[in-house]
Amino acid sequence: MDSALSTLISIAFHGVAYAMVLYLISVGLSVTMGLMGFVNLAHGAFAMAGGYLALTLMNRAGVPFFAALALAFLIVGLAGAAIERTLYARLYNAPELDQVLFSVALIFMAVASAKFAWGPLALPVPLPDYLRGQVDLAGHPFPTYRSFLILAGGVIVLAVWLGLERTRFGAQIRAAVDNRRMAAAIGVNTSLLFTCTFAFGSGLAALGGALGADILAIDPTYAQSHLVFFLIVVSVGGLGSIRGPFFAALLLGITDTACKYLIPEFGAFFIYAATLAVLMWRPNGLFGRAA
Amino acid sequence: MTAAARLPQPPAVRAVLTRHRLRPIEALPWVCAIAVYYAFPDYLALGGQILVMTLFVLSLDLVLGYAGIVTLGHAAFFGTGAYVAGILAVRGWAEPLSGLVAAGAAAGIVGFLTGLVVLRTRGLTLLMVTLVVTQMLQEAANKLGWLTGGADGLQGITIPPVLGLFRFDMFGRTAYLYGLAALFIGWVVARTIVHSPFGRSLTGIRENVTRMQAIGSPVFRRKLAVYVVSAALAGIAGAVLTQTTQFVGLQVLGFEMSAVVIIMLILGGIGRLYGAFIGAPLYMIAQDQLAKDDPANWLFWIGLFLLLVVLFARGGVLGLADRILPRLRKGGDGG
Amino acid sequence: MAEAALETVALCKSFGALPVARNIDFRLPVGARHALIGPNGAGKTTFINLVTGRLMPSSGRILLGGADVTSLAPEGRVKRGIGRTFQINALFNRLTVLENVLLAVGERHGVAGDMLRPAGARRAVIAEAYALLERLALADDAGRLVRELPYGRQRLVEIAIALGLEPRVLLLDEPAAGVAAAETGLILDIIENLPSDIAVLIIEHDMDLVFRVAQRITVLVQGAVLVEGSPAEIAADERVQEVYLGKDSHG
Repeated sequence: MDSALSTLISIAFHGVAYAMVLYLISVGLSVTMGLMGFVNLAHGAFAMAGGYLALTLMNRAGVPFFAALALAFLIVGLAGAAIERTLYARLYNAPELDQVLFSVALIFMAVASAKFAWGPLALPVPLPDYLRGQVDLAGHPFPTYRSFLILAGGVIVLAVWLGLERTRFGAQIRAAVDNRRMAAAIGVNTSLLFTCTFAFGSGLAALGGALGADILAIDPTYAQSHLVFFLIVVSVGGLGSIRGPFFAALLLGITDTACKYLIPEFGAFFIYAATLAVLMWRPNGLFGRAA
Repeated sequence: MTAAARLPQPPAVRAVLTRHRLRPIEALPWVCAIAVYYAFPDYLALGGQILVMTLFVLSLDLVLGYAGIVTLGHAAFFGTGAYVAGILAVRGWAEPLSGLVAAGAAAGIVGFLTGLVVLRTRGLTLLMVTLVVTQMLQEAANKLGWLTGGADGLQGITIPPVLGLFRFDMFGRTAYLYGLAALFIGWVVARTIVHSPFGRSLTGIRENVTRMQAIGSPVFRRKLAVYVVSAALAGIAGAVLTQTTQFVGLQVLGFEMSAVVIIMLILGGIGRLYGAFIGAPLYMIAQDQLAKDDPANWLFWIGLFLLLVVLFARGGVLGLADRILPRLRKGGDGG
Repeated sequence: MAEAALETVALCKSFGALPVARNIDFRLPVGARHALIGPNGAGKTTFINLVTGRLMPSSGRILLGGADVTSLAPEGRVKRGIGRTFQINALFNRLTVLENVLLAVGERHGVAGDMLRPAGARRAVIAEAYALLERLALADDAGRLVRELPYGRQRLVEIAIALGLEPRVLLLDEPAAGVAAAETGLILDIIENLPSDIAVLIIEHDMDLVFRVAQRITVLVQGAVLVEGSPAEIAADERVQEVYLGKDSHG
């Protein structure tokens, strides 16, 4: 009985930590796809870039953990803005197929570049000493880093939510997701808004990739192999929604962790089956707006 | 009959009346394929795989190019066909032609069942559903090791001679001709469909679904029908691959497989029936030449190339030809 | 009383709390020339979408030729003789004019699902489609892609596709919208020369056109029928003048 309970606690704990990573990476994808109607399959590449950047800064340059995270967020965000301006912006009104092809092309290039620069193996994750080991909570030992991950993820999520609720920028984003033409008509500079949102979303993904390197290992195929999970978070959460993907990420993180613990012989099969069922039942996601 | 007798024939009408007629140039792929057989006996293994991919791309063209269904999961059918053919052979049903039929039927059934779901959605949801279906099948193939060989792939496939006469030889001669025959049949099917009223209505669905509904077209049923046919053709392509290489691995159900088949189609030209015959060989030959030493960099270059095609050369090789040939002719007339 | 080609009984539709069709009782006799007018947002296009099945009513019934089609899918209603044009062109832009009409004629002939015989062998279908283009003075453009045509010509293709269905009820959603004055006459001629057994319901802002074509006019305001009558009655009706002259700019 006791061991069953401790298994449940363990699943919930690791599932939530995983969910934080999934959400950080995917929330930008949800907003940009909802905002710009752009089918961006290459979003995971920004998370991967963040992971590589942060780990390399720590491993090679000895940059402290938090500084590396901040740098990853900033640099990938800026790179995101540059790529949005030069490439994505050209395809906002292009047919869906072109957007798919374009982002597949980006994935391929990201995979190849990562393999070229860092080799085929996953990078080691150098955690600072104070984040190693275990912490004891109510007589139950938890890995320190995962606890930190949940805490940090929670803080960032709250900050993002508050930012979108309370700031002018956030209000503009919400207005534009609701009705782009109307937002443009009342004087929102949508093109600048798109760039900023894209940059911010890329930065968050980079942060998620870097923070989550312990869970989703940083290797060259990252952008491709985790693509489906990011897309599940977005589509089950509801495109354009900011909170929806959070609940979707929690569902996915905990369910996937539970499946791996309890029925490893089925792998992710049930996750996919459940996603299909959800999308059949509600094509716009569990938490999205009705058709 | 009387109306037909009175039918005036300005160019627009003549175009419609004669579009389905065979043109001499349509013999070109087949002439080339047979010429390759005699001219490059050392490359028949690669040639056989090119033929398989051509059939796979052709099947995608029906769905993507004609009906306008943007799917990221066409590998589901290719992979189903490949695994069904492999599993049948390992479990004692090794006769190749019936195996091919069974694989095509299985893929068609998967196409029907998933089509019921997929084709009710559109946009991102459709992409997601096709992607997830494929991942689900791949995970199933991965985890059902006792049946599929799991991550190691299915080994120990032996295929008896085709029709009891033609042994699969080590030079890939039989394999090549076997693939060519399958492709030819697939081409006949695809060509017949494309030029039929049904095929025309698919282009109508691609161009404007709202209007198709307003003229009374059962859009969902049409899409489902072409989805099933396309799935079956893709399944046959997969089965040919299994039977001729005597191996199936998880990659036949991979994301990369679905992506590459789209790229080949884009490369050749979409919605043109012959895009497959250009895109698949071009891609496979370039890959063979460039990726031998360094598969990672190959991926980079194909990505970059694709980027450029999307930004600057929509329409693929055949589209470029469409744009350049008239200019050349005009230039010739002028000079 | 002549048989009704189209009839709606107490037709209602709401989007959430917003009613867009309120209790519409409408009757279109065989061979009628009827106009539906009303200010922007009155629910005219919604009414057409309800009748054609693009929208499902919240309550009420729709009858085509006396048969209840309320629960029938859009394509089923087309088979029962309903044809429409769209307010904003909904055409097959990358196909030729002839191919656009062929698709409609092919569907009506019931051959469009055939996978085996070539479309080019259906000479009767092709002959009929081409004859229709000749009738609408579109034959010269038969081989051109629709997207290359000027907007006014595209409006004609809209009508040609609808006529290719040989409808018994033809719904024209602002057929002259966006068309230059010079070309409006052509559209008017076509409407006036339609076979007399087709019941025509036309939504239009161009009042000259409405008064020339329509034998009867229904005025829709805020999703409800305000008044129905002959053109003379409508022109003289105070409530209509209030609705239109009070704030209208469509003339």
